[in-house]
Amino acid sequence: MTYSIEQLAYIVSAALFVFSLHWMNDPKTARRAVIAGVAAMFAAVLATWIQPQVVHHGWIILAIMLGFVVGVPLSRVPLTAVPQRTALSHAFGGVAAGLVGVAKYFLWLGEGPEHLTPFRMIAIVVEVILGFLTFTGSLMAAGKLQEVRWIPQRPVIYPFQNVINIGLLIIAGALGSLLVAYPNEPWSAVVFLTIIAIALVFGVLFIIPIGGADMPTVISILNSYAGLSAVAMGFVLDNKLLITAGALDGSSGLILSIIMCRAMNRSFTNVLFGAFGNVKAAVASGEQKNYKQETPEGASQVLEQARLVIVIPGYGMAVAQAQHRVRELYDQLTKRGITVKFAVHPVAGRMPGHMNVLLAEADIPYTALVEMDEINSDMPQCDVALVVGANDVVNPAARYDKSTPIYGMPIIDADKARMVFAIKRSKNPGFAGIDNELYFKDNTFMLFGDAKAVIGELVKQLAGGNH
Amino acid sequence: MIHLMLSWRDRRIVRVALAGALCIALCFAATHGLAQASSPEQHQPAAQPPAPIDYWSMLFVFMLATFIGMGVIRRVSRLLHTPLMSLTNAISAIAVVGSIVVTGADYPPTIRLLGGIALFASVTNIVSGFLITDRMLKMFKKQ
Repeated sequence: MTYSIEQLAYIVSAALFVFSLHWMNDPKTARRAVIAGVAAMFAAVLATWIQPQVVHHGWIILAIMLGFVVGVPLSRVPLTAVPQRTALSHAFGGVAAGLVGVAKYFLWLGEGPEHLTPFRMIAIVVEVILGFLTFTGSLMAAGKLQEVRWIPQRPVIYPFQNVINIGLLIIAGALGSLLVAYPNEPWSAVVFLTIIAIALVFGVLFIIPIGGADMPTVISILNSYAGLSAVAMGFVLDNKLLITAGALDGSSGLILSIIMCRAMNRSFTNVLFGAFGNVKAAVASGEQKNYKQETPEGASQVLEQARLVIVIPGYGMAVAQAQHRVRELYDQLTKRGITVKFAVHPVAGRMPGHMNVLLAEADIPYTALVEMDEINSDMPQCDVALVVGANDVVNPAARYDKSTPIYGMPIIDADKARMVFAIKRSKNPGFAGIDNELYFKDNTFMLFGDAKAVIGELVKQLAGGNH
Repeated sequence: MIHLMLSWRDRRIVRVALAGALCIALCFAATHGLAQASSPEQHQPAAQPPAPIDYWSMLFVFMLATFIGMGVIRRVSRLLHTPLMSLTNAISAIAVVGSIVVTGADYPPTIRLLGGIALFASVTNIVSGFLITDRMLKMFKKQ
């Protein structure tokens, strides 16, 4: 009876999860998605909790309470810290799967080897490898994003790096196969623990060579792994709901990784084994070119005359906390009947869709946020392109200069606008360490200074001229 | 089918992913066969045989759920990819049902402790995942 209730609840939950993701296809229905997800979670948890084999409740209540104590503050982080939080939650997902795998293996080892069927052993080995490598990998990624001092931000490269990484994976795979064939020998537990240790080390080594610019892809890939480790856990526990939810998470991670790779014109292998940062030294050198500067007064006069203004935000805008000033500028311009659009490059933030959230937080309506593919056809009609803290995503060299590491990356065609204003903190090159040709174009004028201060000045000029 | 909906570069990635999955499946099938060959005594009818696991139907569920996931996720608004990721995080923390059984069943304390830590990690993901998703979605306004 309770078994039937459980299975029924699981079916309902699985359906609600699919609905939940379906409702995410439009911001209008998206909040329903959360309600469906929460309902599904409640149903599944309650149906599991009333099962007769659950006899001890103290630890369950304690763990759930602790989960709330840690989870609620984690949901209140500033939106610039969402990528770190996401990476951290992949780590939690990975460690949960890994620990359940360990628990189940030792449980079955103690109860009797007949439980350790080859199928289960395969699932357990996959679960612990994926779970623990996701754990340390995601912790490293979170540390890099949070800019923790003892985790290097720049890619760390050493000789035979890829050989060592792939070698470790092969060793783990070989030990795993050994364990599947002989799950109940005196040395099996040692092999099992060795596999865990290798997975933990591999997670660290796997993330170390990946630079900050590739973080959006890495987060997506780790998302996929966290999902797949949940799938493996479903296989271990014979639980189809877990398999379904894990597969949804895994495919989400895969699709987001594809989108991120496409946005940078890179392949998976290139992101994972390419170490983006090590090409930069060759390119950063070059002859001294001259910028043309413009004052906020002049720029605001030009903006006032425009009909279509396209703002191209980059992560620099978020670093300078300039979103709310950008919103004020948006208000000033729309008040004058000027059309203002925001061109959002898929890798403008530090994770997929990050820039949209940052702009939405500043109360910019989502109808003004336009994807790269749709905005580029508007660019020739654009009177002013305002680049705020974006760099590589507007570098026209990506279209023709084969010697830059960003060659082939799809960009926002800011250079095709009639006039470009670029707000830049200093004259240093950007994240990828590449000179930006846009800044030296005839129709480009630089506004040097902190993005927040410069846009504040523009707003002041526009507001002043209004009286 | 998914194949046809993607551009050539994505198709290549999907193809590599499918090939990888197939390789893993074949490796497992091989080790499975090896394991059966190496321990034939385990497959004699024992005094108390463990309940058979219907792993083929699990693989079936996995395959279908992946296709559904691909189809549904591809239609998700690009505006919402960050909330999507925190939502799927929370959803995959459904692993909590496994942890509840491991923590609450009559198992040795060390095993239950491992389950308890996993339970804590999953609940943290559920709580923070759903709350932050809702917090972000609230910010998306039309005007």
